[in-house]
Amino acid sequence: MATLHLQDIRKSFGPTQVLHGVTLDVADGEMIVIVGASGCGKSTLLRIVAGLETQTSGQVVIGGQDVSGLEPADRDVAMVFQNYALYPHMSVFGNMAYGLKIRGVPKAEIERRVKEAAELLGIGALLERRPRQLSGGQRQRVAMGRAIVREPKLFLFDEPLSNLDAKLRVQMRAEIRRLQRRLGVTSLFVTHDQVEAMTLGDRLVVMHGGHAAQIATPMEIWARPADTYVAGFIGSPAMNFLPATLSHGGAVATLAGGLAVPLPGRAGADGAGVLIGIRPEHLRPGAGGLSPTIELVEPLGSESVLHGRLPDGSPLTARLPGAVHAEGALALTLPPESLHVFDAGSGKRIEAGA
Amino acid sequence: MDLAEKTRRRQRRDAIITHLCLILGVLIFAFPIYLTVIGSTHDVNTIGRGDVPLLPGGEAVANYAQAWEAGGGRYMGTPAGRMLANSLVMALLIAFGKIAISLTSAYAVVFFRFPGRMVCFWLIFITLMLPVEVRIIPTFQVMVDLQLINTMTGLVVPLIASATATLLFRQFFLTIPDEYVEAAKIDGAGPLRFFKDVVLPLSVTNIAALFVILFIYGWNQYLWPLLIVNDRSLETIVVGLTKMIGGGDSQNEWNVIMATAVYALLPPVAVVLLMQRWFVKGLTETEK
Repeated sequence: MATLHLQDIRKSFGPTQVLHGVTLDVADGEMIVIVGASGCGKSTLLRIVAGLETQTSGQVVIGGQDVSGLEPADRDVAMVFQNYALYPHMSVFGNMAYGLKIRGVPKAEIERRVKEAAELLGIGALLERRPRQLSGGQRQRVAMGRAIVREPKLFLFDEPLSNLDAKLRVQMRAEIRRLQRRLGVTSLFVTHDQVEAMTLGDRLVVMHGGHAAQIATPMEIWARPADTYVAGFIGSPAMNFLPATLSHGGAVATLAGGLAVPLPGRAGADGAGVLIGIRPEHLRPGAGGLSPTIELVEPLGSESVLHGRLPDGSPLTARLPGAVHAEGALALTLPPESLHVFDAGSGKRIEAGA
Repeated sequence: MDLAEKTRRRQRRDAIITHLCLILGVLIFAFPIYLTVIGSTHDVNTIGRGDVPLLPGGEAVANYAQAWEAGGGRYMGTPAGRMLANSLVMALLIAFGKIAISLTSAYAVVFFRFPGRMVCFWLIFITLMLPVEVRIIPTFQVMVDLQLINTMTGLVVPLIASATATLLFRQFFLTIPDEYVEAAKIDGAGPLRFFKDVVLPLSVTNIAALFVILFIYGWNQYLWPLLIVNDRSLETIVVGLTKMIGGGDSQNEWNVIMATAVYALLPPVAVVLLMQRWFVKGLTETEK
């Protein structure tokens, strides 16, 4: 159990810079999910924390100790890999015990810890089996067990759920969360799946192009995304963006289609370009707003996702309750309290009252 | 009904044709060996007359005993037992030596980053293109300078370096997922530990398959032992066998020669039979 502090981590592979200075503070026992599209540097960041990659500059501090130059084994971290990386020729017991054996932990102690972890994970009956005789979910548990028995300062998860089928993934997700809470071990969890990120993390780090675009709690990120990338990445279907121009000292934004949207309590230069963001589920049927033409209806049972186009041709997605929706013309209103405003140039969020 | 009958007939015809081909193939391969075995059971005059008997004679025990204890041939008689022992030691040393060297060099080339890594690999790879025969004169000179003529060391060492085996292990090591290396690093296993605990156990089937191939390679060495050894107590059986056959100015003891040939056959056959399961496994399946 320990805190983790990352100070301005940068990493280049030859001329390609993949991390542009990431700073992060993780409290003791906190579960941080690093989420982002592939190639955003999230796995590299995790591997730098593990010591499998060396950062070009910056510091990794685990439990108050600068481990930047240390080998992975000396950092007291445990990692769960995407393909589990269980040694195929060792039994489940052997796999879980291996790290302890190398560290010279007494046999009786190894036995006790492995048994304990196996019970905790419900794999007590499988200890003599080989990894190949296990199902995906069981392998996943063994990989977790291997991390748990080490009683490390830090758990590192590198997309551990992406090889599981959808149902098992949901189940393991909850299990990992419960386990992490119960053990109270500081954890970093890398994923590209936003649902996983939202449900698992105490806080999320949304990575984009080697930067931490936003570091906040899941609900904070959902409610107040820091920029258009985060806004578009978190939430499904993705947020709609409508270009608009400010007028009346920033209190009114005029959409490309001519619709004037009041933005109470905001200020901005007249004529400045902004992007108005609205989540599909916040659009409400009603006159006096947008009038898209719906081209495709995806009924999901309790609700429907409607894909349409505005008169100027830009796409719009709406998520409305109920299953009775037809293609064709539709009138939607924009509730002012659900609007997000972003600077058209930088993509940064513009807060009300700012 | 009619169609079923037709199908059955066709299947039977196919089976007969397949079996005929197989039997023909077996005959072609097995007949010379059969002749050798039969020949080793007759007395020296039967074959000497030019008859090629197809049925066993009654001299088997005498011939095999003579080959084992005294050896054949008029001029040099190294007993087969002695030559078998020499061949066995040589083949085993070559097989184990090759495996040990190629395992470690492949491990170094695949799992370590050091300057000149690819140069090393290519140097090894290039020697693949140079068979023993090409470098036999310089190698011989080196062995002479090291005073290793007529020693088991001189017999074995030049044959131990193996580009083929190194390449094979390299290819296999490349299929070991990086995650194992990383998991081992996080578990705290150093390079030697990782080699012993993960790489070796994963390579077992490959090692076994390679052992069979290399043992037979070592067993069948002819040119090098012929050059490096002229002390009869170090004679290997493959070389000894050819030396038993005279130049034509006297009668060859074909019965004893054939008995010796049968002796020479046995160890490779035994190795193949014993290792067969592993051999097939190593060539067909990778444990991942």
